[in-house]
Amino acid sequence: MRYLPLTDDDRRQMLAKIGVAGIDDLFVAVPRDKLMHELPALPRTMSELEVEREMAKLAGLNTAAGAVPFFVGAGAYRHHVPATVDHLIQRSEFLTSYTPYQPEITQGTLQYLFEFQTQVANLTGMDVANASMYDGSTAAAEAVLMAHRITRRKKAVLSGGLHPQYGDVIRTLAHHGGSAVDTLPPDPTGAEDIAPRIDGETSCVVVQYPGFFGTVRDLEPIAQAAHAKGALLVVVVTEIIALGLLKSPGEMGADIVAAEGQSIGNGLNFGGPYVGLFATRDKYVRQMPGRLAGETVDAEGRRGFVLTLSTREQHIRREKATSNICTNSGLCALAFTIHMTLLGEAGLRRLAEINHANACELADRLGRLKNVEVITPAFFNEFTVRIPANAAEVVEKLARNGVLAGVPVSRVIPGTPECSDLMVVASTEINTDDDRAAFEKALATALES
Amino acid sequence: MIGWRMRSATASDATIFEKRASQMAMNTQGRPTAPGSAGRSEASTFTGNRGLDHEEALIFEIGRADTTGVDLPQPRQVKSRLAGLERRQPIGLPGLTEPETMRHYVRLSRKNYAIDSGLYPLGSCTMKHNPRLNEKMARLAGFGDIHPLAPQSTVQGALALMQALSGYLLELTGMQSVALSPKAGAHGELCGMLAIKAAHDAKGSKRNIVLVPDSAHGTNPATAAFMGYHVKSIPARDDGTVAAEAVKAALTPDVAAIMLTNPNTCGLFEPEVAEIARVVHEAGAYFYCDGANFNAIVGKVRPGDLGVDAMHINLHKTFSTPHGGGGPGSGPVVLSKALAPFAPVPFVARDGEAYKLVEHESEARNGMQPLGRLTAFHGQMGMFVRALAYMLSHGSDGMRQASEDAVLAANYVRASLRDVMSQPFGDQPCMHEVLFDDAWLKDSGVTTLDFAKAMIDEGYHPMTMYFPLVVHGAMLIEPTESESKQSLDLFIATLRDLAKDATTGNDKSRFKEAPRLAPRRRLDETRAAREPRLRWRPPARPEAAE
Ligand SMILES: Cc1ncc(COP(=O)(O)O)c(C=O)c1O
Repeated sequence: MRYLPLTDDDRRQMLAKIGVAGIDDLFVAVPRDKLMHELPALPRTMSELEVEREMAKLAGLNTAAGAVPFFVGAGAYRHHVPATVDHLIQRSEFLTSYTPYQPEITQGTLQYLFEFQTQVANLTGMDVANASMYDGSTAAAEAVLMAHRITRRKKAVLSGGLHPQYGDVIRTLAHHGGSAVDTLPPDPTGAEDIAPRIDGETSCVVVQYPGFFGTVRDLEPIAQAAHAKGALLVVVVTEIIALGLLKSPGEMGADIVAAEGQSIGNGLNFGGPYVGLFATRDKYVRQMPGRLAGETVDAEGRRGFVLTLSTREQHIRREKATSNICTNSGLCALAFTIHMTLLGEAGLRRLAEINHANACELADRLGRLKNVEVITPAFFNEFTVRIPANAAEVVEKLARNGVLAGVPVSRVIPGTPECSDLMVVASTEINTDDDRAAFEKALATALES
Repeated sequence: MIGWRMRSATASDATIFEKRASQMAMNTQGRPTAPGSAGRSEASTFTGNRGLDHEEALIFEIGRADTTGVDLPQPRQVKSRLAGLERRQPIGLPGLTEPETMRHYVRLSRKNYAIDSGLYPLGSCTMKHNPRLNEKMARLAGFGDIHPLAPQSTVQGALALMQALSGYLLELTGMQSVALSPKAGAHGELCGMLAIKAAHDAKGSKRNIVLVPDSAHGTNPATAAFMGYHVKSIPARDDGTVAAEAVKAALTPDVAAIMLTNPNTCGLFEPEVAEIARVVHEAGAYFYCDGANFNAIVGKVRPGDLGVDAMHINLHKTFSTPHGGGGPGSGPVVLSKALAPFAPVPFVARDGEAYKLVEHESEARNGMQPLGRLTAFHGQMGMFVRALAYMLSHGSDGMRQASEDAVLAANYVRASLRDVMSQPFGDQPCMHEVLFDDAWLKDSGVTTLDFAKAMIDEGYHPMTMYFPLVVHGAMLIEPTESESKQSLDLFIATLRDLAKDATTGNDKSRFKEAPRLAPRRRLDETRAAREPRLRWRPPARPEAAE
């Protein structure tokens, strides 16, 4: 087996050194009747070529996003990632290292985490960001728990514009952890009024920006309403590139920002691995989950970085930790920070402008179709359309015609007949005019037939 | 071009270092956090660079807001539909051109230790070889470039892959079902414990205690507490394992579950595990097994045969998905028959000839009562691909051989060091990692930390230190199956040489000043925590700027 360096002769010598006759003498603690004698009923070892064949077969059954006009978003976005990013993250020293427990020999990881934290803090308009969470949805759930700790209250109010699956994650933890969640009805147009739902028991209000349906709205009034009742504002961002163009959550009064960073540096990967971004105000840093890199000096006075404030964390605080997270999304954070460094402020802004322009174009095209209505008044690169048909069926039909069109709202919010004709559509920099024309045409055809 | 000047340590720093240093020997609840003695390294250079080891400034010091390394077309002019919420303030994101970016990160990468460059015996973390075939497979467009909410008819291969991975995991563990979505081990713990809670809820049983041995990884008590359980600790015996009797004694009617790591964090297989499962079940509780150490037993013993109800598997450990500098991981949870109905959404089900994702509780059939959802989308697909590629490559024979080699390597290290280092629980076979304590360093003036740092100068990543907490000055060594005998022999010889110097002679500078040859000397963690600087800020005075 190509991955195993020991030879049979090595094994014999090693057993002799240990002083046992055979390998199973090292498994003496295993109850004899439980020790397996037969091999598991699985295929035997395969060559690299054979494995490639097997895997390629499965991969070939899927329609790659890059192969068709593609407009699917709803929490994961297809963007162009410069070749440099994927090359760099595959450097052995990044790829095959682990959590920087020994800072003297992991300054590479620690420095990029420090840079990542700064980028995330600046982008979200917050004071401080951690070294990553698993993804946006788990970051959002952690944000709610953090708000509970800070306010010593146990009720979260979720906007109807929050990604439904993010809501599901928050509700699952709340349900089993004994806290309350008040979820507003789906809000495709951004018209909901959250303020009346906030009361003296509310620990936080969770709003998404831009919303799940694409809506962009001012969060300041919500921040004020929350703060007036002693609650925190948690802002969720699933399309982080929007912040290249839009006011930051921090500017509008957010207390915690929980975001999905996949759009920058990371591919679609069918949902993971992604990278959760988590940022907050300085005063709450000790309630934060996750790892933090911090600056210090070494014994010669040279600047260096370490993991710090770990008294919040499970390996020190155990049952009193702020979270149980250990392994996070280090390499995805690296991809994020490299891509962000390549973009820089000027590049990010332009990328955001292109996204917005492309989405506006698409909205105009689709809005021209008979009985198709773009119902999102203000948006970044994603919006919701109402079509005169069942959206799930139409999306399926378009897929058969070679266009991956968007997400039918019913896929993520089942049992809402009022949403069955809604479809969330995204257009990023990857789309060409031809793509948009193909979408328009395919949709027109699908609606006619 | 160095755009910043390094500050030197002040007198008050030095006092902190000394004070801390004197506390080190007593520290059992964690590792010391301040640098030891600070000798100067011999050669100093104008740049601060040392040959191949370059000093590298922060992107905020070398980048420029108007520079970009990505060429993008002029956006078309459109009437903005942003509700008047355009950003007006600068963000603070420096950019670099492509060659500058490449250099920055390549230089940073060279300050990292990695499996690919050396033995990485970080106990409990299974730093084994990461095959590049797996990277290649994960990047096939049919896996890497598919959207989680794309129509299911367009991702049948992905669902088939998830099914195949599930099949492998179930066969290797002997369990009933598997929840793939957890994002890492700790997330898997949450999943398994939520399934246990859901099972109790379904029976109307209200239990609020979870038993956790003191030797457990921090994520175990943190997970239990995260869900509102009280954590009650279980003592271990003198041999480092848990007695069924002790568990039985702790099993009051309000105990919901035990969280037991097997093989445990001391590197030992729990000999009474089956009996523990029996008494736990008898008391109406469930058995959560922390499967972080599964690499010791793949193809040797199946957790399902031991009475486990839920166990997470760290694909980034046992199944070689790269650790990536701290993640991403993946933590599928295998479940027993009793817990299977409570698995979270989403999961893959058969739909005639095709596969479908069950994404909502309301769509669940056949007695399934999903506990809810743990993450948006379906889990770490990129890791599923890599793990399956690992499994196919190894096959049943290769996987068993890998576990045997991992156990063999750890025992070889044990047998080769047992005369110079001390084992806390006597001389007995270990699993895939071997635990030493610091009793052998008593009165030497050298601590576990010093010893670890001296390993760095010898070109090794240190073992896991000061974990598990139950052992004083713990050193947990996990060589993995990826090392050749020659590599193990050099490692052993190095540790013997270090051990000799640590315990004989008066000059302990090899330890106290270590590391001397790494990109940085010991770092002042106390200072980092006391005056947290968690982000770069523009320098207050102009002199520090470019
Ligand atoms: C024994 C043990 N349990 C649980 C975990 C948590 O796993 P993860 O880091 O994947 O969350 C780890 C690893 O870090 C571990 O070593």
